Amino acid sequence: MSKIKYILGLFDDPDQMMHGIDKLQENKIGIYDVYTPMPIHGIDDKLGIKRSRLGFVAFCCGITGTATALGLMYFTMSYDWPMNIGGKPNFAVANFIPITFELTVLFCALGMVAAFFYATHLFPGRAPRVMELRASDDRFVIAIDASTVTDSTQVDSLLKEAGAVEIKHNDRKYISYE
Amino acid sequence: MSSHNESILREPLITGKDITYRRITDEVLRPVENKANKAWWIGFIVSALGACLWVFAVSYTFWNGIGAWGLNKTVGWAWDITGFVWWVGIGHAGTLISAVLLLFRQNWRNSINRSAEAMTIFAVICAATYVVSHMGRPWLAYWPLPLPNQFGSLWVNFNSPLVWDVFAISTYFTVSLVFWYVGLLPDIASIRDRATGTTRRIYSILSFGWTGSVKSWQRFETVCLILAGIATPLVLSVHTIVSMDFATSLIPGWHTTIFPPYFVAGAIFSGFAMVQTLLLVTRKVLGLENYITMFHIESMNKIIVLTGSIVGVAYLSEFFIAWYSGVEYEQYTFISRFIGPYWWAGCMMYGCNVLMPQLLWFKKIRTNIAISWCLSIVVNIGMWFERFVIIVNSLHRDYLPSSWAMFYPTWIDISVFIGSIGLFFTLFLLFIRVLPSVAMAEVRLLVKTSSEQAKKKLIEEGKVKKEEADYYVDSLSAYDSVEQADYVKL
Repeated sequence: MSKIKYILGLFDDPDQMMHGIDKLQENKIGIYDVYTPMPIHGIDDKLGIKRSRLGFVAFCCGITGTATALGLMYFTMSYDWPMNIGGKPNFAVANFIPITFELTVLFCALGMVAAFFYATHLFPGRAPRVMELRASDDRFVIAIDASTVTDSTQVDSLLKEAGAVEIKHNDRKYISYE
Repeated sequence: MSSHNESILREPLITGKDITYRRITDEVLRPVENKANKAWWIGFIVSALGACLWVFAVSYTFWNGIGAWGLNKTVGWAWDITGFVWWVGIGHAGTLISAVLLLFRQNWRNSINRSAEAMTIFAVICAATYVVSHMGRPWLAYWPLPLPNQFGSLWVNFNSPLVWDVFAISTYFTVSLVFWYVGLLPDIASIRDRATGTTRRIYSILSFGWTGSVKSWQRFETVCLILAGIATPLVLSVHTIVSMDFATSLIPGWHTTIFPPYFVAGAIFSGFAMVQTLLLVTRKVLGLENYITMFHIESMNKIIVLTGSIVGVAYLSEFFIAWYSGVEYEQYTFISRFIGPYWWAGCMMYGCNVLMPQLLWFKKIRTNIAISWCLSIVVNIGMWFERFVIIVNSLHRDYLPSSWAMFYPTWIDISVFIGSIGLFFTLFLLFIRVLPSVAMAEVRLLVKTSSEQAKKKLIEEGKVKKEEADYYVDSLSAYDSVEQADYVKL
């Protein structure tokens, strides 16, 4: 028994899985993480996960883009090499709107996605920290850290009660890829 | 969320009996996990030959300069810019479907967004190659970028719409690519977790180590929503800026304030037509009839008839303003669209873009796959002629009658165009073989609410009113993937 590292409850229905989370929480059993093949709204509230701050990151990156575009166009068109183009002002704000907008969007998108990848540890070649292969297919998996649980049979029965189709006792955290 | 039932009056977004999450994965990944069938190989070989023609024609252009094309002193823009604007326009539907329809919570986007976005990316690639080859000296392609240089740092002119276009198209391409790839991560992880050996290793690298934990999904959804929010104005800005390439000039027929909205509507129009062309074939060849249903086809047809009519109104206002302005050059340009030497191109433009799509007001035609497919081709042709008419018809008879000329394409012009279509289809066919052509994670969301089986269960359990159930069953009669016999006994 002591060799078990993680207890996984596999559900084939998202509603039953939500029910399973409630059951476990009623019995004060901590949930390590939940792996699902699609986004399920409401798990983050149940597990007490705070709202993502990526919106703030996106805003900051966007503003950086705006400032970069305006700064670049000010520097090139009115400071470094001002040219007389049909007698029009060197810093022609209306003409600079399209590029300012484009760079705002570009910086916002790239900065936010970079922050998302950084925060979630996503990058090409990262070994997938997968606990259950079918979690990306048709299984909704609740993972419980076995070291935090005193009675693993209670966890098993709670998961079964909630409608788990399978319960796994994994003796290693992640399924190894080679 | 997944436990709530959708109104029975809405058509199902997934049809078929016994749809499970596993079956969705199986059916969507069938072309990825198995060897290609004969239809794919035939399509791929034909497209690859086209792509080879493109490589040859573009190389020939690079070697000999753009004198290889049929341009002359009067008509300095012709098939090249026509092709560029045509492809950029086609590239508008993907991001529109994935971004605008996401903001409006249109769940029918879930099963078509992936392939439409891929199509966007490939169409923008085709458009970009036109720009680069039109430069004549492609090794100087970095000149439109604001880089310090040897000319005393003579900067690019930020007042020029052509420079705006460089920023708009490259931003659009980058953001579309990022949006597409972020959405692909969970689906690549699905392939990875089902594969073995080298395949697993490759998809493992491509999946960026996606796990599907709560936190990653939460961030994923935030990122998608914000990307949709910024991509919506972006998609509108791109064709606006493309139209300004024309609208800020003083050529009759181009110098029009209506151009931005008119071009954007035209872009959405042609983009949806191309999505329709591709998906009607793809759903059949890949057996995705249960996911890309009659509802999707009809919805796209509705968007085509709407945007086609907006384009029609834009054409009418152009004529009105040409007459109302009292400018004889402007008036001549518009009259010559019917009585000039390019009258046939004008007829193609107005006939294919305004008249033909009006057939889609009839439900019988909107839900007929063969006619829908033909009409989508008609729209693609019409939109090519629209750009040809705008560009060549306005240029070929300018202010100075002594310099009036005609444009005759060379075989290189034709080869670049046909080749770009080959390139586009080559990329698309490769895409459906190596990546999931339907966003599986998003389609799984529909199983418990918007699927035919979920709605059928509601009827069987007697949870809906009789007349509402009848209305629903009646609406299913147009579906080619639904068996009406199942509903007779209910």
